[in-house]
Amino acid sequence: MTQPTHAFHEMKSVVVRFAGDSGDGMQIVGERFTDTSVTVPNSIATFPDFPAEIRAPVGTIGGVSAFQVHFGSNQVLTPGDEPDALVAMNPAALAVHLCDLAKGGLLVVNSAAFTEENLKMAGFATNPLDDPSLSEKYTLISLDITGLALESLKDTTLTNREKLRCKNFFALGFMYWVYSRPIEPTIDYINSKWAKKMPGLADANIRVLKAGYFLGETSETTRNRYMVARADVAPGVYRKISGNEATALGLIAASKRSGRDLFFAGYPITPATSVMETLNNYKHFGVKTLQVEDEIAAIGVAIGGSYAGKLGCTATSGPGMCLKGEFIGLAITTELPLVIVNVQRGGPSTGLPTKTEQSDLFQALYGRHGESPLPVVAANSPSDCFMAAFEAARIAIQYSTPVILLTDGYLANGSEPWLIPDESTLPDISRPFADESQPYVAFKRDPETLARTQAIPGQVGLEHRIGGIEKNEKGAISYDPENHSIMTGLRAAKVAGIAKSLPPLEVNGARKGKVLVIGWGGTYGAITSAVNSLHAEGFEVSCTHLRHLNPLPSDLGELIKGFDKILVPELNNGQLSLIIRANYLVDTISMNKIMGRPFKVSEIREHILKLITA
Amino acid sequence: MVTDIQNVPAVPALTRKDFVPTCEVRWCPGCGDYAILSSLQRTFPELGVPRENFAIISGIGCSSRFPFYMDTYGFHTIHGRAPSVATGVKVANPDLSVWVITGDGDGLSIGGNHLLHLLRRNLNINVLLFNNRIYGLTKGQYSPTSPVGTKTKTSPTGSVENPLNPVLFALGAEATFVARTVDNNPKHMVETFKAAHEHQGISFVEIFQNCVIFNDSTWESIYGKENREDQMLFLEAGKPLLFGKDKSKGIRLNGLTPEIVDAATAAPGEILIHQPDHPSPLYSQLLATMGPEFPTPMGVIRKIEKPTYESLVAAQTDATVAKKGTGTWQELLQGDSTWTVA
Repeated sequence: MTQPTHAFHEMKSVVVRFAGDSGDGMQIVGERFTDTSVTVPNSIATFPDFPAEIRAPVGTIGGVSAFQVHFGSNQVLTPGDEPDALVAMNPAALAVHLCDLAKGGLLVVNSAAFTEENLKMAGFATNPLDDPSLSEKYTLISLDITGLALESLKDTTLTNREKLRCKNFFALGFMYWVYSRPIEPTIDYINSKWAKKMPGLADANIRVLKAGYFLGETSETTRNRYMVARADVAPGVYRKISGNEATALGLIAASKRSGRDLFFAGYPITPATSVMETLNNYKHFGVKTLQVEDEIAAIGVAIGGSYAGKLGCTATSGPGMCLKGEFIGLAITTELPLVIVNVQRGGPSTGLPTKTEQSDLFQALYGRHGESPLPVVAANSPSDCFMAAFEAARIAIQYSTPVILLTDGYLANGSEPWLIPDESTLPDISRPFADESQPYVAFKRDPETLARTQAIPGQVGLEHRIGGIEKNEKGAISYDPENHSIMTGLRAAKVAGIAKSLPPLEVNGARKGKVLVIGWGGTYGAITSAVNSLHAEGFEVSCTHLRHLNPLPSDLGELIKGFDKILVPELNNGQLSLIIRANYLVDTISMNKIMGRPFKVSEIREHILKLITA
Repeated sequence: MVTDIQNVPAVPALTRKDFVPTCEVRWCPGCGDYAILSSLQRTFPELGVPRENFAIISGIGCSSRFPFYMDTYGFHTIHGRAPSVATGVKVANPDLSVWVITGDGDGLSIGGNHLLHLLRRNLNINVLLFNNRIYGLTKGQYSPTSPVGTKTKTSPTGSVENPLNPVLFALGAEATFVARTVDNNPKHMVETFKAAHEHQGISFVEIFQNCVIFNDSTWESIYGKENREDQMLFLEAGKPLLFGKDKSKGIRLNGLTPEIVDAATAAPGEILIHQPDHPSPLYSQLLATMGPEFPTPMGVIRKIEKPTYESLVAAQTDATVAKKGTGTWQELLQGDSTWTVA
C-alpha cells in the first residue's frame, strides 16, 4: 500500500453536498457523514433537500435528492451558503446543483451514470465531463463509482441490483478520505443496522465503503485532502437531533414537568409527520399518539384530551392549519390548553411541500374568524425546537390557552449537535385543576394571569358545560352585548399579559446603533452568522431574534427606538416587518426570499453592509 | 367479575332530578327532543355510573344543545366534529361514560367522515343520532336523510339527492352495536339507551325524531297511531320477526329476498329469528334495507363483541412499559447515542 503523501489543507469549515437520484441513498450518506463528523467533534449543521415525489422517474431533474452538511472547527449555525464539495451521482444531480458549487470547489462525479440516456433526461446536449472548462472551473474528480463498487463486490453472492444499491457508500468512503474522517462509526452503524438481519448486505456496504476510502488513499486521484480541526465546543454530553425530534422531546419534557400526560393526535403531512412518528416511540412516557382520519379530527381529538385533563397537542403544516382553524377558535373561547405545531412549508395550497418558508406567520396570528388572539412561539434552530416546544406548553398550561408553535421544514429536517440540558434546568410548569371542595365557576380567572381553572370530567361535584357559544363568567350561555365585550377583552388581555412572563430580549451587539436586524424562526443561524462575521471585521450591527411573535416582548419597542435602521429578513413577503411597522410605527426595511430555500449568510451580510455603508 | 357487596362504597342513589340542570330548555314547544332528553335523564340514574363520570359531547344543531340540558360534564363543540372530541375524551380517560349527541346534518353531512371513523374504531362511546330529516337550526333546509323530492327553501322544486340510511351507514362502518328507536316511545328509548350503554364498544342509535316546525309528522307514516303496528318491527334477540296487529305477520327469506308471510300459516322455522350477533353483517344489512312495503326494524339490529380502541391503545402502552419500564429523563434526553466533549 502506498503511503499517503498528500498534504492536508487545513480548513475552518467545509460544506459538502451529496446529490443523486432519490433512489441513490443520498440522505443516508449525508446522515452518516454528519454522524461521523459530530464525533470528531465538529460544529455541524445539515440541510436535507429532497423532492416531493417519493420516486420520480430515475435520472430526471425532478428526482434529484440532496443532503448538505456543513462542519467546522468554528461555530457553525447554518448548513452553509455554497458547497465546497459536490458529489453528483448522475447528470441530473450535476445539472441541478453545479450552479451552487464554489469556484474551484471539489466536484466528484460518478462517470458511469453519464450515459446518453441520463444526459438527455438531465437536459445535456453533450457530456459536460468532456467539456474542459469544467475541470478549469472546479477540481473535477471523475470516478466510475458504479464500476468500482461492482468490482469490489464481484466475489459476493448479491444480485447485481443489490450490488448497485451499495454505490452510495463508495462515494461516502471516498469523501471520508478527502476530509480525513474516521470510517469506524459508519461500520458500526452498518453492523448495528443490518448485520443481524442481512449479514450479506452489511458486509457488502462495508466493503464498498472501504473501497471508496482506500481508492483515495492508494490512488493519485486527488492531491487535495482537507483537515477540519476539532471544534472548540462547550464541554458536556451531546446528541445529534433534528428539529422534529426536538419538538417531540420538548413536548414530552413539558408533559413530565407539568404532570399532564402528553396526548397527541395527528394526520400525516410533510414536513410535520416525523413529530408524530417520533412520539409513537414514547408510549412508556405516558404519551398517547393517535393517527386519526384528517387534520380536523386531529385537533378535535387533542382538544378532547385537553378537556379530559391531558396536555393536548397536534402538529401539521400550512394546509392542515387551514383545516384546523375552526377548532382553534373553539379552543380559544373555551380556554383549553393546547399546543398546535405548524412545521411551515412553501405555500399556498400544496405549494412546495418539501421546501421551507416562513409564510404562515399571518395565519398563526390572524387566521381565524372573530376576535381570537392566541400566543405564537417560534423555534430558531433544530435543537432549539426542544425549548420552543417546552415554552409553548408552558404558556398553554399556565394561561389555559391554545398556543401555536411555528417551526419550518428547514428546522424540521435539519439536524445539529445538541448539548443535552440538565432536566433540573427545566422549570415546573404544573397547574392544578379546580378544587372539588369549592363551587366551580368555569371562567373565574387567576388575577395574575387571567387564566381560568379547568375542572375535568371525573371531578366530583364540578359538572359543568362548555362550548363555542359565548359564556359569562359562570359558564352560562350569554347573548348579553356587554358580556361579549367583556369576555372578548379578557381573552385578549390574558394573551397580551403573557409578555410579563417573558425574559428580556437578547441582543447580539450593542443595544443602540445604526442597524438592528430583527429575525424570527429558522433564519437565526443565517442572521447570526452574518452579524458575527461582520463583528469579526469590525462592523457595528446588532441583531435580535424573536422567540415570541404574540405577544411581542415588551422591551422590543424600546430596543427599536435605539437604532436608525431596522432590517427584517424573512422567508416571506414581509409579514413580521408589517407587524413591527403596525406595532411600533417604524419604517422597517424588509428583506424577503420566497424560493423554498433558506437565506444564505452572504445574502444577509450584503444587505446589512449596504445599510451600514449607506 | 364477582363483586363483594360488603365493600362497595355507599353511593347515594341518583335520580332523574340529579341530571336536570337549572337552565331553561329552549327547544321549540312540541319538539321531539324533549322526549329524548327526558328518557336519557331517566336512563342515566339507572346505569350505576357516578354523575361526574358522564361526559356528553355534541356538535352543532338543535340536538347538539343537549349537553346544556343535562347536569353532567358537557362539551358543545363545532359542527360535525363531536366524534373527534369524544374520541379524545374517551382515550384520555376510559373510565368516563361518553355520549355523543348528533343529528342527521351534524352527523351524516358535515361530520360524516368523523362519524364513519368513530364507528369503525369501536370506541366504547354511545352515539345518539336524532334523525328529523331536516335542518332545524338553520330553519328548514333538506338534510342528507331527506327523501327525494323534499321541498325546502334550498330545494323549492324538490330535493334530487338520494337519502342516506343512517343504520346502513353504521353497519357499513361495521359498528358493533346498531339500534333504532323513536321519540314517541319513551319506554323503548330507555331500553335502547340502556342496551347501548351496556355494550362494550361503539353503540350507534338512530332516533326517529320529529321537528314540529320544519318537518312536522315526518315519521307519522311509520310511528303514528294508525300505522305503527304494521309499520314497525320491534326486534328481540332470539325471537321471530313478527309484526302487525296481534303479531299476525312475519318475515321469511326467499333466497336473499325477504317476504312477508301470514304468521298463523307459516311453517315451523320458516319465519326468520332475530340474530343481532350473527357473525355476518349481511343479515343486519338485509333488515336495514327492506323496502317500503316492509315494516321498519326497531331496537337492537346488530350487536357483536370486538375489543375497544381505547383498550387496545392502553394495552400497547402497558406492553411498552412492561418491556422498557417507565420512561426516564435520561432515556428521553440522551436517546440511543451520545458523545461527550471534555
